[in-house]
Amino acid sequence: MAAGTFAEKGADLELVGITKTFPGFTAIRSLDLFIPAGSFFALLGPSGCGKTTTLRLVAGLEEPTAGRIVIGGKDVTSTKPFQRPVNTVFQSYALFPHMSVLENVAFGLRRRGIASPLEKAHEALRLVELDHLAARRPAQLSGGQQQRVALARAVVNRPALLLLDEPLGALDLKLRRQMQLELKDIQTEVGLTFLHVTHDQEEAMTMADTIAVMNRGEIEQMGAPEELYELPRTAFVANFLGQSNLFTGEVVSSTPNALTVAIAGQQLVIPSARAPRRSGTVTVGVRPEKLLLLTAPPAAPSSGVNVLGPGRVIDVSFSGVSTQYTIAVPGIGDVIVFAQNMVFGPVVHVGAEVWVSWNVEHGFGLEDSPAEAAAGVADAASAAGADGDVATSALTTVKA
Amino acid sequence: MSAESVSGGPSWTKPRARGVAGADSGAPRIWSLSADAAAGASTLAKATATPGGSARELEAPVGGAGAPGRRRGIRFRGLGLPVYTALALLFLLIPIAYTFVFSFNNSGKLNIAWQGFTLDKWTNVCAAQGVCEAFANSILVGVVATVLATALGTAIAIALVRYRFRARSAISLLLFLPMATPEVVLGAGLAAQFLSLGVNKGLVTIIIAHTMFCISFVVVTVKARVASLDPALEEAGRDLYGSAVAVFWRITFPLLLPGIAAAALLSFALSFDDFIITNFNSGAVDTFPKFIYIAAARGIPAEANVVASAVFILAIVIVVVAQVTRAARAARLARLRG
Ligand SMILES: Nc1ncnc2c1ncn2[C@@H]1O[C@H](COP(=O)(O)OP(=O)(O)O)[C@@H](O)[C@H]1O
Ligand SMILES: [Mg+2]
Repeated sequence: MAAGTFAEKGADLELVGITKTFPGFTAIRSLDLFIPAGSFFALLGPSGCGKTTTLRLVAGLEEPTAGRIVIGGKDVTSTKPFQRPVNTVFQSYALFPHMSVLENVAFGLRRRGIASPLEKAHEALRLVELDHLAARRPAQLSGGQQQRVALARAVVNRPALLLLDEPLGALDLKLRRQMQLELKDIQTEVGLTFLHVTHDQEEAMTMADTIAVMNRGEIEQMGAPEELYELPRTAFVANFLGQSNLFTGEVVSSTPNALTVAIAGQQLVIPSARAPRRSGTVTVGVRPEKLLLLTAPPAAPSSGVNVLGPGRVIDVSFSGVSTQYTIAVPGIGDVIVFAQNMVFGPVVHVGAEVWVSWNVEHGFGLEDSPAEAAAGVADAASAAGADGDVATSALTTVKA
Repeated sequence: MSAESVSGGPSWTKPRARGVAGADSGAPRIWSLSADAAAGASTLAKATATPGGSARELEAPVGGAGAPGRRRGIRFRGLGLPVYTALALLFLLIPIAYTFVFSFNNSGKLNIAWQGFTLDKWTNVCAAQGVCEAFANSILVGVVATVLATALGTAIAIALVRYRFRARSAISLLLFLPMATPEVVLGAGLAAQFLSLGVNKGLVTIIIAHTMFCISFVVVTVKARVASLDPALEEAGRDLYGSAVAVFWRITFPLLLPGIAAAALLSFALSFDDFIITNFNSGAVDTFPKFIYIAAARGIPAEANVVASAVFILAIVIVVVAQVTRAARAARLARLRG
């Protein structure tokens, strides 16, 4: 990039068949990715799935074992980090301890010989509301303040592509929400391309235009947040991004409009358009908040509704806006229902006999084979376990 | 003067996320050994340089031994500790005081009996034959060997911590040999090499010898500093458009500086102090320790006392200045935070 000038606007990023193998361990497996210029892209995945490695490859701090990296139409695979129009907000901040906050922020500007670096550094510090601490050393700042300095130090360079490695991880919830909004503002204001790495699905969904869900060094699914949530294609996505009830069974009939799957003697229907696999053993699912809890079997089986039951309520947990019911359905396993608290207290109690129902169009089918689905559920469960979240979905495999 | 007084300033680096010690299974063992060696060297330097430091070290055991006595005899309690302390200090200070006092002796060639007070020896240090030449040689050798050893040792230390290459652990181990080998063996071995290569002994051979043994101490001291330097800082520098050269001079070097400075001071002290290895490899050239050793046979001139006292006073001044600046900096930091 030309010295002394800022990037005019964001650049797009393309990864083609990127593989990264460390001695004895493959961290990234033939990854393909396209991020359009000016977008806010989130790379979401559990700890250790290769997010940081991906960013380091893009920044040039690590060399890919195979594949190409293209930024703004230019192949940068073999260029040095300082030659790439990219800046990183490091997971560990990596602020220079021997320089003042101001000098930290001005570092990149000075290296590129940009005019009046100190003024621009002050400006960037004002953006993150830390200008009053410009003279301090990083060690004299709190974790959250250090993180904001790291952000200012990267943003001040107006890189065509900004890489953020869990930049909000150290902040408390309130500050994190505030910084999420600010980040989003900065991105829209300067029109740069943001590649934001996080393991926090809520953060990814609120901030990003596009999310790529990563697991074990591979991208499982990519798309807009709503799309990923409403139509997950793999069991891992279905359970890492929110929770899902998953059922595995044989396809018994298939029409252009609808697919019927037999689950432990009960029949579930999903729209064919929402089912990538249409024969053999398939896994279908539905989000817990789409389920309706019934205390009596529906009088007449209507066509647009799936019903499972009877089952027994084995757990009720109240969480403010909603209540989570766990229902054991014989032959199927546990089904989770989120019900809005429209009345005071739970509608049913532990031990009650209930049925669950949902609209056919809310169901979805997975691309995963049953074995892949089970592995995906296990991965998502261990990722959730690492975050201290215990609830996982029910997955049952039923022999037809 | 000691390694500790320089590297003991406010720590700049945070504990690293990906510890080098963890990555390098050989490191911790070697490390503890090196820490001991460095500590040993620094206490030695300190004991000779700062009476204050030695007194502090002595107080603890004395107090501990005095505790039961305190319970037995009440009369002894008031006097025991001060008397012990005074005796210990006296014991340590007598040679230095003697040297200092006799630098004012109005002596002839022999500086053994007190002949009356004079400042002549201080104002005309170079009057005695060989004193100033020897001192200048020592300074020259010390400076050149320190610069060479510090530059080479720092480069080696960085390479050993940051890069994986063949024979890395072998080199790590070999670097300890000069510290572990008796100086006589080292000096004689090197002298034999110079002889078989037909090199004329002189200033150059002294400098080579000193650089050789100083490198080990530099590597050990700087390695510790490199290991505690988060590689992410250098990566951030590269990410922020710093070329390899810019990253080294603006990030790596300033962050290693306390370690490098400690290593340089240690090297200089070791070089300035060295007699055995020098004696084997100096030919006709005298360094200050060698001059004194030879002169001791027929009487050390008072001018030598002057030089020794001046060096001692300079060392004390450096230590005091370092302590005062550090205290001032700590106070300023505390004010900024509070
Ligand atoms: N330098 C390295 N050598 C060997 N393995 C590494 C190295 N860096 C990362 N890994 C491994 O690669 C995987 C992905 O790491 P990383 O990209 O840091 O994950 P995360 O998604 O948490 O950021 C991890 O299993 C990690 O142990
Ligand atoms: Mg990471």
